[in-house]
Formats: sequence, structure tokens, C-alpha cells
Amino acid sequence: MRGPVTATNDFVVKFANVNGSGSASANQLFAKAILRMGIPIASRNIFPSNIQGLPTWFEVRVSGEGYLGRRGGVDLMVAMNPQTWERDVAEIDPGGYLFYDSTRPVPQSRFREDVHVIGVPLTAMCNAAYTDARQRQLFKNIMYVGALSALLQIDPAVVETLLSEQYKGKEKLAKPNQEAFQMGRDWALANLPCPLGLTLERADKVGDRIYVDGNSAAGLGAVYGGATVCAWYPITPSTSLAEGFERYAKKFRTDPDGRKRYAIVQAEDELASIGIVIGAAWNGARAFTATSGPGISLMQEFVGLSYFAEIPSVIFDVQRAGPSTGMPTRTQQSDVLAAAYASHGDTKHVVLLPEDPHECFAFGADAFDIADRLQQPVFVLLDLDIGMNDWLCEPFAWDDSRRMDRGKVMTAEELEAGRVFGRYLDADGDGIPYRTYPGTHPSKGAFFTRGTSRDRFAKYTEVGAAYVDNMQRLLQKFETAKGIVPRPVLRQAAEPTRTGVIYYGSSSAAMREALSALEAEGIHVDALRIRAFPFHQEVERFVADHDQVFVVEQNRDAQLRTLLMNECGIVPQQLIPVLHYDGTPITARFIRAAIGDKVLAQILPFAGAAAE
Amino acid sequence: MSFLPKPKLHHPKLPTNALGYTRRDYEGAISTLCAGCGHDSISAAIIQACFELDIEPHRVAKMSGIGCSSKTPDYFLGASHGFNSVHGRMPSVLTGANLANRELLYLGVSGDGDSASIGFGQFAHSIRRGVNMAYIVENNGVYGLTKGQFSATSDKGSKAKKGTVNTDEAIDLVGIALQLGATYVARSFSGDKDQLVPLIKGAMRHDGPAFIDCISPCVAFNNHEGSTKSYDFVREHNEAMNRLDVITSRAPITADYAPGEVREVEQHDGSILRLRKLHAEYDPTDRVAAMHHLHERKAAGEIVTGLLFIDPDPRDLHANLGTVARPLNRLGDALLVPGAAALEAINTGLR
Ligand SMILES: Cc1ncc(C[n+]2csc(CCOP(=O)(O)OP(=O)(O)O)c2C)c(N)n1
Ligand code: SF4
Ligand SMILES: [Mg+2]
Repeated sequence: MRGPVTATNDFVVKFANVNGSGSASANQLFAKAILRMGIPIASRNIFPSNIQGLPTWFEVRVSGEGYLGRRGGVDLMVAMNPQTWERDVAEIDPGGYLFYDSTRPVPQSRFREDVHVIGVPLTAMCNAAYTDARQRQLFKNIMYVGALSALLQIDPAVVETLLSEQYKGKEKLAKPNQEAFQMGRDWALANLPCPLGLTLERADKVGDRIYVDGNSAAGLGAVYGGATVCAWYPITPSTSLAEGFERYAKKFRTDPDGRKRYAIVQAEDELASIGIVIGAAWNGARAFTATSGPGISLMQEFVGLSYFAEIPSVIFDVQRAGPSTGMPTRTQQSDVLAAAYASHGDTKHVVLLPEDPHECFAFGADAFDIADRLQQPVFVLLDLDIGMNDWLCEPFAWDDSRRMDRGKVMTAEELEAGRVFGRYLDADGDGIPYRTYPGTHPSKGAFFTRGTSRDRFAKYTEVGAAYVDNMQRLLQKFETAKGIVPRPVLRQAAEPTRTGVIYYGSSSAAMREALSALEAEGIHVDALRIRAFPFHQEVERFVADHDQVFVVEQNRDAQLRTLLMNECGIVPQQLIPVLHYDGTPITARFIRAAIGDKVLAQILPFAGAAAE
Repeated sequence: MSFLPKPKLHHPKLPTNALGYTRRDYEGAISTLCAGCGHDSISAAIIQACFELDIEPHRVAKMSGIGCSSKTPDYFLGASHGFNSVHGRMPSVLTGANLANRELLYLGVSGDGDSASIGFGQFAHSIRRGVNMAYIVENNGVYGLTKGQFSATSDKGSKAKKGTVNTDEAIDLVGIALQLGATYVARSFSGDKDQLVPLIKGAMRHDGPAFIDCISPCVAFNNHEGSTKSYDFVREHNEAMNRLDVITSRAPITADYAPGEVREVEQHDGSILRLRKLHAEYDPTDRVAAMHHLHERKAAGEIVTGLLFIDPDPRDLHANLGTVARPLNRLGDALLVPGAAALEAINTGLR
């Protein structure tokens, strides 16, 4: 038998639970305790699309090096769900550990030879300690955290602090949790060889970073961005974004008399959601909606209106897999093209691609300035991985001297002073016209908004030349957008190289780790993280400067690659897709293998031959 | 800073309203609809109503969907911002606009296809949400702009111009509006300006969801024998429940009425709806009775018109949401952005 895996501050723990069993808060406690010991972690929920009864997993990546993507593989499986036992046991890396509830005997055949087994009679202990069925269930979870604290050397004082923080004002609840934790811990110390090969050691690697989910961060960003109208329709994984906005708006935007400086409408569907956003934005409020792929599909017609009528709208799309239920509670980056080219007619839109909750907040606020400045829809593409998981990231930052940039809005004073107002007139040569809010002036500045068929002064016309004139101006505006959206971020390899990689969004954390691993193998790759569409000139330059560029994405059809070829005129052979789309977040091992193996083999096959 | 309205120069003899505007100041672009189209009469009634109410044109936002009817906002209130949105979705756009600035008057114009077919859901939800608006459906029973297909308000048995008979049940938007809580519900006929103008005035002065179903014949596709939305058919079957006068403080009471013939309802904003009863037993403040009456008279083949329901004390969406009195679109950074210190406190809570 292979010796047990040994590692300090660098391993993967996966919890296999039953949905709705109360395991989530115990698993959170486990994760946060490690963070408080100054050790970076990345945690991810993998959950079914129902509320109770189905399997759910929680994966904690402990990384003293600060790698926050999924690594791939599992060193310690906490197998609390008999339903998924087989696959959970199978997933453990050779030499890894299996932690299970040993109350009922498990036949030897159901274990693995190359895995170290740790049994704790959790159910028996709970049944002995508690009479209430709900308590037996809930405290079993805390109890395994207690046992793990002994096995992995989690500082019990940290857990105590966390519990007292969590139950501040409800001390009655803190005590029994504390006791259950201690019970599990004591049992392990008395009956098991502690610690395991996997250990935790206090470090100082977390710094001032925060641990938060991207949806809350984006919702907070919308508050800081000055959004006052939110219209949405519930859909996983975006629901908690609207809820985050509501939570923070309630906290920061409630007048002393209880009245709200914001309005949230849970609309009847996504068509109404985006309609409300467009109406509000037309009338001078900052407005947004939060949705996922199916909602984006429904919003298509209105997005076109927002583009052609030049009305700022902000759409947060927390991407998920395919239609209907099931897979949709898994992550993907599969709405890139749907967002970039949303709607009928010739349209293209600004798309922002945050890499983590820090950027969800920043882009969440910036999106409103960008939308107002450009007077068009702005998509902010999150995905389930960033949106619904807690990520360790840089703290949120704000400059108090910053003011909302409402773009080109002509005021009553300017109209009164005789400034020429043409709603679709390119007065400044940047393709962006001036607008007026309804009710501005009694006799000047009013106009009739329509999708198309108007001249520069918003007068009705069906003349072809006027249509072309308008469409050309919209293209000019798209050029202007390149200078307004976030620029790409370059990470140069240690040595000069003709190989590059382009990536974006939530792949970023795994990418960083893969790049280090590749570098250790002597494979040097320059990396460019794209943060927005339209692409900055730098993107074209980057591709031109390399012989072949991998494009790492979490979708089947290499959507960003398509966009790059289409918008930058790049030959397909130059862009090699690396595609991960099984619904789980991409891993560092996957990227490393996909790029490393191809580079080493000196075969760089083209499209379709995606890695693995 | 405030700006004095500068009325256009017109013939000096044209009558002016309290703001010094003439009726022409409420007009818009030249209509491109067919000569004789009912929709043009409704535009004229809207112009008349706004003129008589001394409304500042720029304080009105006129919204519509797509259709001949939805084109009409271009043809009235030229000094107002207008929004010709997408087919069937005017209600959501209007809802958003209203959320952004509760101080303007919102006039939604739609068609029967726009509101009863593709936009049935949005129509219903805007009413049940209590959006403060005057919502007018210019109801001709067909899709005018796409050349005469039946719409969802076409009566069962009604005959299309080419002879097909409609076999589907008609949606009665007045019935739906009543059921979903509209607080001002009326039906009228584009051919009866005397009835329509006061109904529009009452709706514009109503502080809640006001709905008017205005039958508006399409001369191009639905004005023939066998249609139930033709000028002739509507004139023959029109049964008015009452006659409305909208009295703002400026207009003194002049006419004499017999006792019990008149009922006055005061609206939130102080305007008085004076109803001259044409059916003694009809009580427009009783929602359930109104619904019942409507069904009964419909079965008898009548088209019931007039002010069918009024709740003088409505609540609107802003009241339901508890938003501040100041329009959301006028809140600046200080009121919206919590600032760096608050953010640092959030950061601390996330460590
Ligand atoms: C999504 C969409 N589908 C179809 C159309 C085509 N269309 C334009 S107007 C119209 C019907 C309008 O009927 P109605 O609302 O009754 O207005 P009317 O012309 O009769 O006044 C249709 C189907 C469209 N503009 N948009
Ligand atoms: S087609 Fe019918 S609805 Fe359209 S303008 Fe002509 S008469 Fe009016
Ligand atoms: Mg119609």
C-alpha cells in the first residue's frame, strides 16, 4: 500500500453531503477557520437544482501558495452521503484519506486499498448526546468539523471565536455548537492518530483579503454604482445578486422614516425585467437586471432596442450550463456570444468579464458609468463559480472623490442657452450623441424615441442613407468604447516565448496555478487576461506577437475564440482552443495538461480537438 | 432654475388655457394613419383633454408599443418625450419610467394586439402592480399595421374583411382590468368625443392605474358588415352607463340636474368627477357589481361604455414599494453611494 499523502497547507478536502441537511454552515465554519489561521483557501459548492435530499459537495482547496482555482483531485474525502459513496471513494487521489461515519459497519470491499480510512461514529455519538432529531442531524455536522480540527490541526480557539461571532446576540446557540465541536474533537484526539499526514500550520498569507461571493459583490457594486432601479426574475445562479443588492440597498439607502432610495421589482418574467430597466434608464435612473442564460435569451428583442435607441442598461448574467433544470446549477462560460451579439439586426455590445468577487464589485459599479457614457447595454458576465462561491480576493476599494459619470446629458440650462440638440447627432466626433431626460424643458429637448427610422434630430424617416448614417455612427461609438472598457492584463513569462494564452473570468485562478506549473516544467507561456469586449488593440498585438495562442474557456464552442477571430481578423490556426465544459469549474491540472502536453508534443492541433 | 414656457405664436384669437397655451401647443407631427381611422380621433381627444386640464406638455411621458395605435404618440403632445418601444412591452417600459420619476404624468397608448395578444401578460401585471398611469387601448379588434388579422379582442363570430369568422373567445380588457385591481376603468368609443375627452381627463388626474378601453374602428380592415368593431355596429350597440364631467377648481358648476341624477366623486388630487347617471342602478364605486353588470350586458349584446369603476382613494406602486418622495432619477452621489468608510466596514465583516 502506498504511503499516506503528506502535505502542509497544500491539499484538497471535499465534503460529500445531502442537500438540506444543514451541512453548509458546518462546512463554512471549517473553511473560515483555516482562513483565520492565515492560510489561503478556495471553496466551491457543487449542488443540485433542488432544495432537499439530493447530493451536494463542498470542496476546500487549501493553498499556502495562494492558488485559488480548482486544483483537481481530492486528498481527503469527508463522505457523509451513502448515496454517492462509490463515486466519492473513487475520486480520492492514491494515498489520500477517507473520513466516514463508522456507526454502521461498512464491508471491506467498499473501501479502497490505496486510501487511508478514518472512521468516526458520528451518528452513534449524536444519538447518545441528543434526543431531538433535528439536533442530531445539525450537530453531527459540527461534530465532524471537531474531529477534522484534531486530525488537521485546526486551532480550536479560532473556531470558538468564529462561533461566538456567528451567534453574536444569540449566545444560547453558540454554546451547544461549541460543545458538539468539542465532542468530535475529543473523540478524535482519544481514538485516532492525530494529526494525519495533512496538516495546517498558522501562516500569514491571507493578508487583508476578504472572503465573499461574487453575486453579493456585484450587488454591492450596483449600490456603489448608483443604481436605483432593479428589476429581475428569479433564476439560479443569479438570484443572490438581486438579493445582495436588496440587502445592501436596505442597509445604506433607507431614509430615517423608512422610505427607500431604490426600487426593486420582481417582474413577471425577464422580458418585463429588461423593459423596466430600459424605461427607468430612458427616464434618467440607473437601472439593472440580473439573470442567467435563459433570461438572456428572452431579453434579446429589448437588448436590441436598448442598443438602437441608445439607452443605457446594465445586465448581470451569471452564466450556467444548458437549458432546463439539472445541469443549470453547474457553471459555464457559455453566454459570451449570446451577450456580445445579442438581438436582431446589426448589434454588438459591451461585455465585462470579472475574474473574482473583487472585480465583480468594481465592474458592477463601473458598468453604470460605462453604460451612461456609451448609452447602450452593458453586460457583466459572471458565472456560477464566481457568483455563488465564496472567494478569497482583494478587499473592495472605493475613492470618495469619485462621482457618477452620467455621460452626455443636456441640461435645461444648456438648452435654454441655445445649444443645438440632436438626439442622434454626433456633436463630438466620438459617435456618442447627447440625450435629455423627459421633463427637462418646456419647449426644447423633447424627442420621440424609436428603435430605428429617424434622422440625427430624431425625426421620423425611412430614408436608407439616414439609416446607414446612424449605423456608421454606432460603429464609431463602438470604437470609442475600446478606450472606455477595462483593459486586458498581461502576465509575461519568465523567458521570451512565441506561445501565448488568452483567458478570462473565473478561469483566472486555475490559470495562474497552471502557468506556474508550466513554468516549473520549463514551458514558458505569455498570458493575457481579457476583461472586456470590445477588444482593446493590445489583444490584437498580443496575438500577432505569438505563433500560437491558446484560448482557455469553459464552454464547448470556443466562444471567445470565435469573437477574437471575428472581430480581430485572426486566422483560426493561430488560436488553439482549450475547453472545459462538464459543469464543474476548470482546474489547474486540466489547463496544465492541455497546454503542456501539446507544447511538449509540438503538435498544435486546431479547433475541435479540445483537450480531453 | 425654472423656465417660463414660451408658447408658439398662433392666431391671436385662438383660445388659451391657464398656462397660456393654445390647443395647437398640444399637437404633434402630422398623422400618417388612414383617413377616418379611429385612432386619429383618440389623438384629438388626448390633445383636447390635456389642453383643458392645463397640463404642461413636457411633464407628460407618452409611451407605446408597436402598431398603428402605438404610432399615434408621435401625433400629439409634440413637446413631450415619447417612447415607441417594442410590440406588447409598453407596460414594462412605462413601469420603469414611472419608477425613475414619479412626478411626471405617464400616458400609455397601445392597441388590442399590443395589449391583449402579445402583451397580455405585461398589461395584466402593470395593472396589478398599481402603476400610476393612464393606459389607453385603441381597440379595433384587428392588427391594423400587419393588415387585418384578428386580434384577441375580436368577438367570437365576428367576420374578417375577407370573410373568415373568428372562432376564438374574445378577451375583454375592461373585465381583466377590473379583476386585477385597476382603480379607474372606463370604456369609450373613438366616435364619441364628448364621452371620451372627460374620461381621458379623469384618467390623467387619477393617481393610480387608470385604464380606458377605447373602441376605435379600423377603416382599412375592420369596418365592414359582420364586424363588431365597425362604426355602425358600435353606434348601434353602445350603452353608456353615465356621462362624466371632470371639474378642476377652475371650472365653476353651471348646469342644473335633477335630484339623484348626479353623483360626484372627489379624486386624490382634488379634481371632481361629476357623473350624470344614465342607468340609475349602476354604481361605479362597486367593483364586484361593475363586473357583474358588465357580464350581464355583454350577454345581452350591449357594449357598455362610460366610467365603469372608480376608486377615489387608490394606492400606487411607489406606495407599495415605499420609495422616497423625491424622484429616484434626481438622487445624487451623496444619497446613493455609501462611500469608502462604509465599504471598509463591509471588508472587515468579510475577513
Ligand atoms: C415581436 C413582434 N412580432 C410581430 C410584430 C409585427 N406587428 C407589428 S404591429 C402588430 C399588430 C398590431 O396590432 P394592434 O396592437 O392591435 O395595433 P393596430 O395596428 O391595430 O392599432 C404586429 C403583429 C412586431 N412588430 N414585433
Ligand atoms: S390600418 Fe386600420 S388601424 Fe391602421 S391606420 Fe389604417 S385604419 Fe387605422
Ligand atoms: Mg388593433
